[in-house]
Amino acid sequence: MEIELSILLASVVAGATPILLATLGETITEKAGIINLSLDGSILLSAMAAFVVTYNSGSLLAGFIVGALVGAAVALVVALFSIYLEQSQVAVGFVLTLTTRDLAYFLGNDYSRLQGPQVTHLPIPLLSEVPFVGPVFFNHNLPVYFSLVLVGLCWWYIYWTPAGLKLRSVGEHPRAAYARGIDPKLTQLLYTMVGGLLVGLAGATFSLATKPGWGRPQGAEGTGWIALALVIFGGWHPLKAAAGAFLFAFLQVMGIYLQGWFPSLPSQVFQVAPFPLMIFTLLLMSASQNESVQRFAAGRPALKPFLQILSGAAPAALGKPYRPD
Amino acid sequence: METRPTAHIGWLRLGGELLVALGAVSTFTILILVLSGAPPFAAIAQIIKGSLGSWSKFAHVVKAWIPLTLCGMGLLYTFRIGLWNIGIEGQVIAGAILTTAIVKLGLDSGNPQLFLALAIGFGAVGGAIWAILAGWLKTKGGVHEIFAGLGLNFVAQGIALWLIFGPWKRPGVASMSGTEVFPPEFWLPYLAHGRICLPGLALAFFAIVFTAVTLRYARFGLNLKAIGSNRVAAYLFGLKPDRCMLLAMVFAGAFAGIAGSLQVTAVYHRLIPAISSNYGYLALLVVMLSNYNIAAVPAVAFFFACLNVGSIQLPMVLKIDSSLSGVIQGALVLATLAMQAWRARRKRERETV
Repeated sequence: MEIELSILLASVVAGATPILLATLGETITEKAGIINLSLDGSILLSAMAAFVVTYNSGSLLAGFIVGALVGAAVALVVALFSIYLEQSQVAVGFVLTLTTRDLAYFLGNDYSRLQGPQVTHLPIPLLSEVPFVGPVFFNHNLPVYFSLVLVGLCWWYIYWTPAGLKLRSVGEHPRAAYARGIDPKLTQLLYTMVGGLLVGLAGATFSLATKPGWGRPQGAEGTGWIALALVIFGGWHPLKAAAGAFLFAFLQVMGIYLQGWFPSLPSQVFQVAPFPLMIFTLLLMSASQNESVQRFAAGRPALKPFLQILSGAAPAALGKPYRPD
Repeated sequence: METRPTAHIGWLRLGGELLVALGAVSTFTILILVLSGAPPFAAIAQIIKGSLGSWSKFAHVVKAWIPLTLCGMGLLYTFRIGLWNIGIEGQVIAGAILTTAIVKLGLDSGNPQLFLALAIGFGAVGGAIWAILAGWLKTKGGVHEIFAGLGLNFVAQGIALWLIFGPWKRPGVASMSGTEVFPPEFWLPYLAHGRICLPGLALAFFAIVFTAVTLRYARFGLNLKAIGSNRVAAYLFGLKPDRCMLLAMVFAGAFAGIAGSLQVTAVYHRLIPAISSNYGYLALLVVMLSNYNIAAVPAVAFFFACLNVGSIQLPMVLKIDSSLSGVIQGALVLATLAMQAWRARRKRERETV
């Protein structure tokens, strides 16, 4: 039984990697006050680019770099339109979602269903030998380790460094940040692109490790939307968002088990499962902010930890373009 | 009082800007065609030939124009009140599902006309129900309409797949090709040559006229605009934003549901997994490119329908993917967004000088 559990958890950790990377990237972007709604398409475009580059050059490193750069390039378009042209971030993001997805299918057409190189398995010596913890956390490939380290790194950067303080100040109150000598527009541009780099890495991880190869559909479809919802679920906190990513990966793995019990249903039905859950969690989060719910919980200390988990406010200036006086 | 920027510019300038945007997008399209190793001009010629080259091709364009226009009209209500009804895709599917259910009920009734009419009516109801769910999540549940709508899209898709592979599967084999085809008396009537469905066309024209009148002259249309422009002021004035939002969603959902209903009764004559054909998402682009202007929506919808239908044969003729049409459509919307921003910026600069 213990062996089965460790295998299950190991596949959760491995499967969570792309969602985790995308969620962390979007958390950073939204902390600066910008919503990059294009995730679902930009993940696909970077997945395609990473696969094509790796297939032609044989270099996985080149694939990951190009994937990240493609993600950053799409983020740059979002940033330019929303920060400098003051267009609706939602509108630009939505158009880019559809356009980058179609662009990925169009440009990647010749590379469909080809066997390409993929990231090699790399157990960490000694650590992977530790019972239970070893197979769960230290028996994976480099992107998985990178994403795990990145969770802590993001948290430390956002909450414990001067640069992170600047990042948050721009997202909460850009005018105050400006008065303190920070350039809000430049800061937002920078962190939108940093977030885009991570989203691009998420795409590259899909086509080079998690679901190797390219095709229509690739299998990454829908992930971007889940990542966007996980940012809200995590209350714009990287650690809670990461927990959400693992929770969803767990549900996906459970979906595969469930499919074994209902073999007559197509797999697409199970791929839908995360979405009602996404609505439900967002509903719970919104309800926890409700006054009457909080009054109800005030007299019941047992409920307090639940509400604390669900709490978390959006950066005050999220989605609003900064206009200097 | 602030007026919409579009109110001031003439048709001539709008046309000029459209030409600049078209030029930019053509350059971009040629660039990516070269990048993918396809002959650019042959591809563009194929899109034109494949959409307007013959009467039957044109009939296909009309077939795509009807749902795009219906969804576009629906979206005008929700955009006007400031809602992003991304859930329109699921509303199309919900309409298609309920329509299929009604037709299945009526198969042995011996009264196809009655059940066809009922089916289309219930298609509108299905879309409206799906829209109310998203609207309720937004107004009562505090869930942003983008996530509520998107989640419901996937749920509707899941229900359709479950029905096709479960309760409504074809005798013997369940497959991605959909449920069993209805007998011909349950098909909406066609013109003998060219396969253009007149009832569908009539419904689309009705939607245009109805929406134009409602948005311009009815109290409800003005309320939508008031709430969309300034929610707090409208509330203080005695309007009920939440109720108006739900009502706008009902209108959008009903038109989307009719679009889904026609996909079943006039196009596929059965429920298939891809019954919505992405027309809901595409209609969002149509309305954005029309700058939320009702007169422009049918024209832009026609252009988008041409692109969609024209690119169907690209994989066979030129070995390139048909998603080229989506790339062109998206690039066009981005280019116009940039033009609008540029115009607003120049206006601001003139005012500050």
